[in-house]
Amino acid sequence: MARFAVRRTISVLALLFATSVVVWGIFEVIPSYNPARAIAGREANATTVAAVARKFGFDKPKYVQYVDTMKQVFEGQIIDYQNDLNVVQQFRQKFPVTVSLVVPAAIIWFVLAVILGSISALRAGKLSDRAIMVLAIVGVSIPVFLLAELLLYVFAYNSSIFPAGGYAPFLPNPGQWFYHLILPWFAIAALSIGFYARVLRSNLLDMVNQDFVRTARAKGLSQRKVFVRHVLRNSLMPIITMFGLDFATLLGGATLVTETVFNLPGIGQYEAQAIGNLDVPPILVGALFTAFFVVVFGAIVDVIYALLDPRVRLTG
Amino acid sequence: MAERLLEVEDLRVSFATEDGLVRAVDGVSFTLDRGEVLAIVGESGSGKSVSVMTLLGLTRSVNTRFAGSARYKGLDLLSASEQQLERIRGAEIAMIFQDPISSLSPVHRVGDQIVEQIRAHDKKISKAAALDRAVELMERVGIPNARARARAYPHEFSGGMRQRAMIAMALSLDPSVLIADEPTTALDVTIQAQIIEEIKALRERSASGVIFVTHDLAVVADIADRVIVMYAGRVVEQGTLEEIFYDPQHPYTWGLLGSVTRTDRDPPRRLPSIPGAPPSLVRPPAGCHFRPRCPHAFERCVEVPELTSRLPEAPGHLDRCWLEVEEKRRRREVAGRIGLVAEAVA
Amino acid sequence: MALDKPRSRRADAQAPAGDPAPATEGDGVLIREPGAPGPTEALPREEPTTVGVGPYRLALRRLLRNKVALISFGVFLLIVVLCLLAPVYSHDIAHIGPNTTNVTGTVKVGGKVENVVSTQGIPIGPTLTAHYFLGADEEGRDLAVRLLYGGRTSLEIGAIATAVIIVIGTLFGLLAGYLRGVVDAVLRPLMELIWSFPPVILGVAVGTALALGGIGPIHGNSIFIPAFIVGVIYVPYLGKPIRGEVLRAREMDYVDAARAQGMGPWRIMFSEVLPNVVSTIVVFIPMMLAVSILLESYLDFLGAGVQPPNASWGTLISDGLTYLQTTPTYSLIPGAMLVAAVLAINILGDGVRDALDPRAQVKIQT
Repeated sequence: MARFAVRRTISVLALLFATSVVVWGIFEVIPSYNPARAIAGREANATTVAAVARKFGFDKPKYVQYVDTMKQVFEGQIIDYQNDLNVVQQFRQKFPVTVSLVVPAAIIWFVLAVILGSISALRAGKLSDRAIMVLAIVGVSIPVFLLAELLLYVFAYNSSIFPAGGYAPFLPNPGQWFYHLILPWFAIAALSIGFYARVLRSNLLDMVNQDFVRTARAKGLSQRKVFVRHVLRNSLMPIITMFGLDFATLLGGATLVTETVFNLPGIGQYEAQAIGNLDVPPILVGALFTAFFVVVFGAIVDVIYALLDPRVRLTG
Repeated sequence: MAERLLEVEDLRVSFATEDGLVRAVDGVSFTLDRGEVLAIVGESGSGKSVSVMTLLGLTRSVNTRFAGSARYKGLDLLSASEQQLERIRGAEIAMIFQDPISSLSPVHRVGDQIVEQIRAHDKKISKAAALDRAVELMERVGIPNARARARAYPHEFSGGMRQRAMIAMALSLDPSVLIADEPTTALDVTIQAQIIEEIKALRERSASGVIFVTHDLAVVADIADRVIVMYAGRVVEQGTLEEIFYDPQHPYTWGLLGSVTRTDRDPPRRLPSIPGAPPSLVRPPAGCHFRPRCPHAFERCVEVPELTSRLPEAPGHLDRCWLEVEEKRRRREVAGRIGLVAEAVA
Repeated sequence: MALDKPRSRRADAQAPAGDPAPATEGDGVLIREPGAPGPTEALPREEPTTVGVGPYRLALRRLLRNKVALISFGVFLLIVVLCLLAPVYSHDIAHIGPNTTNVTGTVKVGGKVENVVSTQGIPIGPTLTAHYFLGADEEGRDLAVRLLYGGRTSLEIGAIATAVIIVIGTLFGLLAGYLRGVVDAVLRPLMELIWSFPPVILGVAVGTALALGGIGPIHGNSIFIPAFIVGVIYVPYLGKPIRGEVLRAREMDYVDAARAQGMGPWRIMFSEVLPNVVSTIVVFIPMMLAVSILLESYLDFLGAGVQPPNASWGTLISDGLTYLQTTPTYSLIPGAMLVAAVLAINILGDGVRDALDPRAQVKIQT
C-alpha cells in the first residue's frame, strides 16, 4: 500500500508538471499571442504596452516567467490579467457552485445509468430495452448547450416552472438552491446517462454468457441474486473507471458550457471567460486543478477496483 | 430395483441462429437410476453438453426450441417453471463444469460461494452454520486446511483443488443426481485420477446417480456402469460398459476405441484418428450422420438408422447402424485390435 | 475485438486440416474394402454453407440485414449529399451566397413584402419560398444556404479530424504497443496526458488562441485548425485501445512465426499486426466522426471553432440562440440537422460494431 501511495504521489507531481508546461507552452507557441498588448487594450501605445509587460514580467526570459508563474500559483498569489483578481481566491469562491452542480448530477446520472442499463440488458430485445436505448443514443447525440437552451426555452422562458438560470446559495435558502439547479442537473445527467447505460448494457450482456454465471444459475440461485451478485458486480468495474475520470474532469471545470448557458458562477464559467480573453493564469490554474482531481480520483478508483476484484493488486 | 431418477425420451434441442436451425440434440433417450454412473461420450459438437445442460434448464433462451421429454422423478424438466427449476438446481440435480477457473466467480471467496449454494435452498440456516458445513464439505473432498482455504479466492487455488471445491459445492445439498460435464478435461492426468476417485467415492457414500460427460474413453472405462455414445446430436450406441468396450456395434465407437492409445502394446506407426470432421448441425447429412466419414457406408445409410438393439441376447445394447451384426464383428478388427481405419503403411 | 486469422465459429463443415487419411468431404466413401456392398456414387455430396468467406464479408452481410442501420446510413448520406449540393442551391435556387449580407433588404412572402431583418433586429423566419426558405439571420443572410454550406464545413471538419485520429491514433498505438521500450515510455504518458484533459477546455483554449492569429501558413480562418485540434484531442481514444490490442497481438504465434521468418519489426507491424487490429479501427470510425462533429460544435459555441463569417452547424446554433424566443427556427433547424447527422452516425456505428462482433449469436457448446 505504501509503494502504491508513493508511486501515485510521484505521478501526481509528474502530471501536474507536465500539464503546467503544456498549458504554458501552448500560448507561447502561438506567434500572434501578445498578452501585454491584450491587457493594455487595443488603443494603448507602445509605452503603455511596455509598462504592462514590465508589470507582469513579460519582458523576462521564458523559463524565468514560467518559474515565477508557478511560484505564484503555489503561493496562491497569482493574479489574472483581465480583472486583476487573485485567481486562487476566485477558484476558492467559485468552486462550491461547481460542486453543487456536479456532485448531485453525478449521483443522479450514475444511479439512473445503472438502473436503466440493467433493465435494458435484462429485457434485451424487448420494447423497454429498445426504448431506453433510443433515448440513450439520442442523449449522446445532442450537444449540451443545445439541450440546455431547449430546457430553458420550454421550462423557463415560455413557462415559469423553473428559473431562467442563475445560482442561489445553499444557505439561507436550500429550496431556491435546489430549484435553480434542477435544469442544470438534468442537462449534465442526460448526456452521461445515455453513454453509461449503453456501456453497462453491453458489459452485462457479455457477462451473462460467462461460465461462472452459468454455475451460479446451476446452483439454483434466483435470477435476481444471480444478476446482482454476479453479473452486475463484475460489469460495474469498467464503468467505475470511466466515472472516476468524468467526475474528476467535471469538478475541474469541464462544466464550462453548462455553467455558461445557465449562468452559474462556478469555475467552469470562470475558465470559459478566461479562455475567451486569453487570460492565461486562470486557464493554467484550471488545468492544474483538473489534473490534480484526475489523479486523485484515478487513485480512488484503483483502490475501489482492488477492493472489488481480489485478482487485482495495487500497482503504481 | 433402484429408484429411477431420470427418464429422457427423444429429447431434441435446436437453436435458431442467423444461419439456420442448429439441431444440437436430435433425438436422445436414456435413463438414470440411483447409484448408477452413466457416461456420455462424444467429440465437440456431438450434443452431449447441450443434452445435460438442458436437464437443468440452462439452455433455455428465446432462440431455443425443445421437443421430447426429460423427466426427473416424474417432473418434466422441459416444461417446468423457472421457479421449479431453481428449486431443483443444486439441491436435487447438481452440476460441475469443465473449467473451474472460469466456472467459479473470481470476486467471491470459495467458502462464500459454497455458502451461497447452501443458503439458496435453506433459508433458515445461519451464515456461520452454513460456513461450517462448507468447511466440512471441503474437508470431505480432500482439501487440506479447509477452514483457512475457505477464505481464499478461486485464483489462489490450484486446478485440482478448484475442481474439488466445485465438487464440494455440488454435493452440499446431497443431490440425487450429479452431472459432471468434462470435469477432468482441463486438469493434469494425475489430478484427473484423484477427481475420478472423488466421484467414485461419492457414488459409494450417497448412492446418487452420476452422469459423466466426457470425450475420453479411458476415463469412461474407469468409472462408468453404462455408456452412451453421441455423434452429431444423436445417440449412435448405448449399452453397458462391457457391451460397448467388448462388443461395439457402431463404426464411430470403433473409431473412438481405436484412437485410445494403450501402454500395453507397441505404439502404432501413426496415431489412428477418425478422418474427416463432424458435420454441420444446420444442414446435417441425410440419413446416418456419420455416413460421410464412415468407410463402411453403403446405400442403406441414406436412411436414418433406427436406434434399436440388433442383438437378441442384449436387448439393452442399442445402436444406429444398418450393417449386419456379423459384418460389424468382422469389420471392426483392424490390425489385431478394434478400430475404424487401417493404419497406412509409412 | 480483434478478429484473428479467420476462424469461423459456427458449426460449419470444415475442410479437413492436415489429416493423414485421404480427403473425404464430398466423396462419401473413404476406403473401399474389397467386397464392400454396392456403388456409392448415388450418395449425395456435402455442401459446406460458407467456404472462404472472410470475417469482413460475413460482417458486411450481417450489417446489410440490419434495417435500422441501413436507414440511418441513408439519412446520413442524404444529409451529406444535400450539403455537397450547397453551391447548386446557393447559385440556382436561392440566388444568394452564404456570406452575402442583406440587412436592409426585403422579401416577398405570400403576397406581402416583409423586412428580411426587422427594425428591432429580429430576422425573419422561414418563408418557404426560394428566397430565405428557412429564414434569415441577423445579418440578412439566407439561412438555408448557410445551413448547407455550414453542414459542409461541419462534415469536412469531422472527416478531417477523424482522419487525423485514425492515422495518428493507429500509428501511436502500433508503435507504442509493438516497439515498447523508449517509444512506449514516451507515447503512453503523452496519450494519458491528452486523454485526461477535458476535451472542451483543451480544445477551446487552443482553438481560441489559434483562431486569433493562425499558425505558420495556416490562416486563423482555416477549417484545418479546429479539425486538427479536435483530431489531436481524440487521438488517445483510439490510440490507447489500439495499443492494448497490439500488446495482445504481439504475443500471438503468428508474430513469432513472422519473426522466425526474418521479418523486420516494421514489416511485422504493418503486414501482420495491423490487419488484425483493423476491425477495432473500423468500429471506431463512426464513433470518432460523431464525437468530432459534436466537439467542434462546442468549440463554435465558445467562439473557438469556425470563425465568422464562415458558418458551421455549431455557429448557426449558437448565433441563433439569441433569437430563440423570436425566431426559434434559426437555432433549432441547424440543431435538428446536427443531431440528425450525429444520431445517424451513432446508429450506424452501433450497427457496424454489432456486425463485427456478434455477441447476440447463440453460444453453442456441445
